[in-house]
Amino acid sequence: MDKPLSIFEISGRAMSAQLVRLNATASNLANAGAVSGSEAGAYRAIRPVFRTVADTPGIATVQVERVVTSDTPATKRHDPNHPLADKNGDVWEAGVDTSAELVDMVEASRQYQNNVQVMQTAKSLMLETIRLGK
Amino acid sequence: MSLEDSLFGVHGKALQLRSQRLELIASNIANASTPGYKARDIDFDTALAQATKSQGGTVAGALKESMGYRVPLQPSSDGNTVEMSTEQTLFAENAVKYRTTLSFLEGRLNTITRALRGE
Repeated sequence: MDKPLSIFEISGRAMSAQLVRLNATASNLANAGAVSGSEAGAYRAIRPVFRTVADTPGIATVQVERVVTSDTPATKRHDPNHPLADKNGDVWEAGVDTSAELVDMVEASRQYQNNVQVMQTAKSLMLETIRLGK
Repeated sequence: MSLEDSLFGVHGKALQLRSQRLELIASNIANASTPGYKARDIDFDTALAQATKSQGGTVAGALKESMGYRVPLQPSSDGNTVEMSTEQTLFAENAVKYRTTLSFLEGRLNTITRALRGE
Protein backbone atom coordinates (compact mmCIF):
# COMPACT_ATOMS: atom_id res chain seq x y z
CA MET A 1 0.00 0.00 0.00
CA ASP A 2 1.49 3.33 -1.06
CA LYS A 3 -0.14 5.70 1.41
CA PRO A 4 -1.57 4.98 4.86
CA LEU A 5 -5.25 4.22 5.18
CA SER A 6 -7.38 7.07 6.45
CA ILE A 7 -10.30 6.47 8.73
CA PHE A 8 -12.64 7.28 5.83
CA GLU A 9 -11.08 4.57 3.69
CA ILE A 10 -11.29 2.06 6.54
CA SER A 11 -14.99 2.64 7.11
CA GLY A 12 -15.80 3.34 3.44
CA ARG A 13 -14.37 0.07 2.21
CA ALA A 14 -16.04 -1.83 5.03
CA MET A 15 -19.33 -0.26 3.94
CA SER A 16 -18.80 -1.43 0.35
CA ALA A 17 -18.04 -4.93 1.60
CA GLN A 18 -21.21 -5.01 3.69
CA LEU A 19 -23.15 -3.75 0.67
CA VAL A 20 -21.86 -6.67 -1.43
CA ARG A 21 -23.05 -8.97 1.34
CA LEU A 22 -26.45 -7.27 1.40
CA ASN A 23 -26.74 -7.63 -2.39
CA ALA A 24 -25.87 -11.32 -2.17
CA THR A 25 -28.55 -11.79 0.50
CA ALA A 26 -31.07 -9.96 -1.69
CA SER A 27 -30.26 -12.25 -4.65
CA ASN A 28 -30.62 -15.31 -2.47
CA LEU A 29 -33.94 -14.22 -1.02
CA ALA A 30 -35.24 -13.24 -4.46
CA ASN A 31 -34.43 -16.70 -5.77
CA ALA A 32 -35.62 -18.55 -2.66
CA GLY A 33 -38.77 -19.85 -4.30
CA ALA A 34 -37.27 -20.51 -7.75
CA VAL A 35 -37.88 -23.95 -9.19
CA SER A 36 -35.77 -25.82 -11.73
CA GLY A 37 -36.26 -28.98 -13.79
CA SER A 38 -32.88 -30.47 -12.86
CA GLU A 39 -30.68 -30.58 -9.75
CA ALA A 40 -27.77 -28.93 -11.56
CA GLY A 41 -29.97 -26.09 -12.79
CA ALA A 42 -31.31 -25.19 -9.34
CA TYR A 43 -30.22 -21.88 -7.81
CA ARG A 44 -27.63 -22.10 -5.03
CA ALA A 45 -27.14 -19.39 -2.42
CA ILE A 46 -24.16 -17.09 -3.00
CA ARG A 47 -22.02 -15.68 -0.23
CA PRO A 48 -19.14 -13.19 -0.18
CA VAL A 49 -15.82 -14.07 1.47
CA PHE A 50 -14.34 -11.21 3.52
CA ARG A 51 -10.63 -10.65 3.82
CA THR A 52 -8.66 -8.20 5.97
CA VAL A 53 -6.52 -5.65 4.12
CA ALA A 54 -3.78 -4.81 6.60
CA ASP A 55 -1.81 -1.58 6.57
CA THR A 56 0.49 -0.56 9.42
CA PRO A 57 0.06 -2.83 12.49
CA GLY A 58 -3.47 -2.58 13.82
CA ILE A 59 -4.77 -0.40 10.99
CA ALA A 60 -6.75 -2.55 8.60
CA THR A 61 -9.83 -2.46 6.41
CA VAL A 62 -11.81 -5.23 4.76
CA GLN A 63 -12.58 -6.26 1.21
CA VAL A 64 -14.58 -8.94 -0.56
CA GLU A 65 -12.07 -11.47 -1.84
CA ARG A 66 -14.54 -13.47 -3.91
CA VAL A 67 -18.15 -14.53 -3.97
CA VAL A 68 -18.66 -18.27 -3.52
CA THR A 69 -21.65 -20.51 -4.21
CA SER A 70 -22.72 -22.28 -1.06
CA ASP A 71 -23.27 -26.03 -0.92
CA THR A 72 -26.79 -25.91 0.49
CA PRO A 73 -28.42 -28.70 -1.53
CA ALA A 74 -31.46 -28.07 -3.71
CA THR A 75 -34.60 -29.69 -2.37
CA LYS A 76 -36.37 -32.27 -4.51
CA ARG A 77 -40.16 -32.00 -4.59
CA HIS A 78 -42.49 -34.40 -6.30
CA ASP A 79 -44.90 -32.35 -8.38
CA PRO A 80 -45.86 -34.09 -11.65
CA ASN A 81 -48.23 -31.28 -12.65
CA HIS A 82 -45.48 -28.68 -12.64
CA PRO A 83 -44.55 -27.60 -16.19
CA LEU A 84 -40.80 -27.91 -15.37
CA ALA A 85 -41.05 -31.38 -13.84
CA ASP A 86 -38.59 -33.99 -15.16
CA LYS A 87 -39.56 -37.45 -16.38
CA ASN A 88 -39.94 -38.73 -12.80
CA GLY A 89 -42.27 -35.83 -11.99
CA ASP A 90 -39.78 -34.09 -9.73
CA VAL A 91 -38.82 -30.40 -9.52
CA TRP A 92 -35.85 -28.89 -7.66
CA GLU A 93 -36.25 -25.92 -5.38
CA ALA A 94 -33.43 -23.41 -4.88
CA GLY A 95 -30.92 -24.28 -2.14
CA VAL A 96 -31.55 -21.21 0.00
CA ASP A 97 -31.95 -21.21 3.78
CA THR A 98 -34.40 -18.31 4.11
CA SER A 99 -34.05 -17.81 7.86
CA ALA A 100 -30.25 -17.83 7.69
CA GLU A 101 -30.45 -15.24 4.89
CA LEU A 102 -32.71 -13.01 6.95
CA VAL A 103 -30.34 -13.19 9.91
CA ASP A 104 -27.45 -12.36 7.61
CA MET A 105 -29.38 -9.41 6.20
CA VAL A 106 -29.97 -7.94 9.67
CA GLU A 107 -26.32 -8.41 10.62
CA ALA A 108 -25.05 -6.82 7.41
CA SER A 109 -27.30 -3.79 7.78
CA ARG A 110 -26.33 -3.33 11.45
CA GLN A 111 -22.66 -3.43 10.58
CA TYR A 112 -23.20 -1.00 7.74
CA GLN A 113 -24.80 1.36 10.27
CA ASN A 114 -21.87 0.93 12.65
CA ASN A 115 -19.45 2.00 9.94
CA VAL A 116 -21.62 4.99 9.05
CA GLN A 117 -21.54 6.01 12.71
CA VAL A 118 -17.75 5.70 12.83
CA MET A 119 -17.49 7.91 9.77
CA GLN A 120 -19.83 10.55 11.16
CA THR A 121 -17.89 10.73 14.43
CA ALA A 122 -14.55 10.93 12.63
CA LYS A 123 -15.89 13.65 10.35
CA SER A 124 -17.16 15.83 13.17
CA LEU A 125 -13.91 15.39 15.12
CA MET A 126 -11.90 16.44 12.07
CA LEU A 127 -14.06 19.48 11.46
CA GLU A 128 -13.66 20.50 15.09
CA THR A 129 -9.90 20.12 14.77
CA ILE A 130 -9.87 22.32 11.67
CA ARG A 131 -11.76 25.03 13.56
CA LEU A 132 -9.18 24.93 16.36
CA GLY A 133 -7.97 28.40 17.31
CA LYS A 134 -10.60 30.32 15.32
CA MET B 1 12.19 19.99 23.78
CA SER B 2 10.54 20.93 20.53
CA LEU B 3 8.50 24.09 20.08
CA GLU B 4 5.34 22.02 19.82
CA ASP B 5 6.02 20.38 23.18
CA SER B 6 6.79 23.63 24.97
CA LEU B 7 3.65 25.30 23.59
CA PHE B 8 1.13 22.52 24.02
CA GLY B 9 2.67 20.32 26.71
CA VAL B 10 1.31 16.81 26.75
CA HIS B 11 -1.76 17.67 24.67
CA GLY B 12 -0.12 17.71 21.24
CA LYS B 13 1.09 14.13 21.57
CA ALA B 14 -2.15 13.12 23.29
CA LEU B 15 -4.19 14.36 20.33
CA GLN B 16 -2.04 12.40 17.87
CA LEU B 17 -2.41 9.25 19.95
CA ARG B 18 -6.17 9.74 20.29
CA SER B 19 -6.51 10.05 16.52
CA GLN B 20 -4.39 6.91 15.98
CA ARG B 21 -6.52 5.02 18.48
CA LEU B 22 -9.66 6.20 16.67
CA GLU B 23 -8.31 4.57 13.50
CA LEU B 24 -7.42 1.38 15.36
CA ILE B 25 -10.92 0.98 16.76
CA ALA B 26 -12.42 1.92 13.37
CA SER B 27 -10.36 -0.94 11.89
CA ASN B 28 -11.78 -3.33 14.46
CA ILE B 29 -15.33 -2.21 13.69
CA ALA B 30 -14.68 -2.52 9.94
CA ASN B 31 -13.50 -6.10 10.41
CA ALA B 32 -16.34 -7.14 12.70
CA SER B 33 -17.40 -9.92 10.32
CA THR B 34 -14.05 -11.01 8.88
CA PRO B 35 -13.30 -14.57 9.99
CA GLY B 36 -10.08 -14.89 11.97
CA TYR B 37 -9.56 -11.15 12.51
CA LYS B 38 -7.91 -10.32 15.84
CA ALA B 39 -8.96 -6.98 17.35
CA ARG B 40 -6.11 -4.74 18.52
CA ASP B 41 -5.89 -1.70 20.72
CA ILE B 42 -3.32 0.40 22.53
CA ASP B 43 -2.93 0.97 26.25
CA PHE B 44 -3.30 4.73 26.25
CA ASP B 45 -1.41 5.42 29.50
CA THR B 46 1.65 3.44 28.36
CA ALA B 47 1.49 5.06 24.93
CA LEU B 48 1.33 8.58 26.33
CA ALA B 49 4.18 7.91 28.76
CA GLN B 50 6.28 6.57 25.87
CA ALA B 51 5.44 9.42 23.49
CA THR B 52 6.23 12.14 26.02
CA LYS B 53 9.56 10.65 27.16
CA SER B 54 12.20 13.36 27.20
CA GLN B 55 14.60 11.18 25.19
CA GLY B 56 13.47 9.83 21.83
CA GLY B 57 9.77 9.73 22.55
CA THR B 58 7.84 9.43 19.27
CA VAL B 59 4.21 8.68 18.52
CA ALA B 60 5.11 5.81 16.17
CA GLY B 61 7.37 4.20 18.77
CA ALA B 62 4.75 4.65 21.47
CA LEU B 63 2.14 2.89 19.33
CA LYS B 64 4.48 -0.04 18.75
CA GLU B 65 5.28 -0.34 22.46
CA SER B 66 1.73 -0.17 23.76
CA MET B 67 -0.21 -2.22 21.19
CA GLY B 68 -1.82 -5.48 22.15
CA TYR B 69 -4.57 -7.87 21.17
CA ARG B 70 -8.01 -7.63 22.72
CA VAL B 71 -8.98 -10.55 24.96
CA PRO B 72 -12.53 -11.51 23.95
CA LEU B 73 -15.17 -12.01 26.61
CA GLN B 74 -16.84 -14.72 24.57
CA PRO B 75 -14.62 -16.18 21.83
CA SER B 76 -16.49 -16.86 18.60
CA SER B 77 -16.09 -20.02 16.55
CA ASP B 78 -14.75 -18.26 13.43
CA GLY B 79 -11.73 -16.89 15.33
CA ASN B 80 -12.89 -13.27 15.15
CA THR B 81 -12.28 -11.40 18.40
CA VAL B 82 -14.22 -8.20 17.65
CA GLU B 83 -17.01 -7.62 20.15
CA MET B 84 -19.27 -4.83 18.97
CA SER B 85 -20.33 -3.63 22.42
CA THR B 86 -16.72 -3.31 23.61
CA GLU B 87 -15.55 -1.57 20.44
CA GLN B 88 -18.46 0.86 20.34
CA THR B 89 -17.99 1.82 23.97
CA LEU B 90 -14.27 2.40 23.54
CA PHE B 91 -14.84 4.30 20.28
CA ALA B 92 -17.31 6.65 21.97
CA GLU B 93 -15.03 7.10 24.98
CA ASN B 94 -12.07 7.84 22.75
CA ALA B 95 -14.07 10.37 20.73
CA VAL B 96 -15.10 12.23 23.88
CA LYS B 97 -11.52 12.26 25.13
CA TYR B 98 -10.35 13.54 21.74
CA ARG B 99 -12.77 16.44 22.18
CA THR B 100 -11.46 17.00 25.70
CA THR B 101 -7.89 17.23 24.45
CA LEU B 102 -9.08 19.60 21.72
CA SER B 103 -10.58 21.95 24.28
CA PHE B 104 -7.37 21.88 26.33
CA LEU B 105 -5.51 22.87 23.16
CA GLU B 106 -8.05 25.57 22.47
CA GLY B 107 -7.35 27.01 25.93
CA ARG B 108 -3.61 26.96 25.35
CA LEU B 109 -4.04 28.64 21.97
CA ASN B 110 -6.19 31.38 23.49
CA THR B 111 -3.60 32.02 26.19
CA ILE B 112 -0.77 32.24 23.67
CA THR B 113 -2.76 34.47 21.29
CA ARG B 114 -3.63 36.86 24.12
CA ALA B 115 -0.03 36.95 25.26
CA LEU B 116 1.11 37.75 21.71
CA ARG B 117 -1.44 40.54 21.37
CA GLY B 118 -0.38 41.96 24.73
CA GLU B 119 -3.94 42.35 25.96
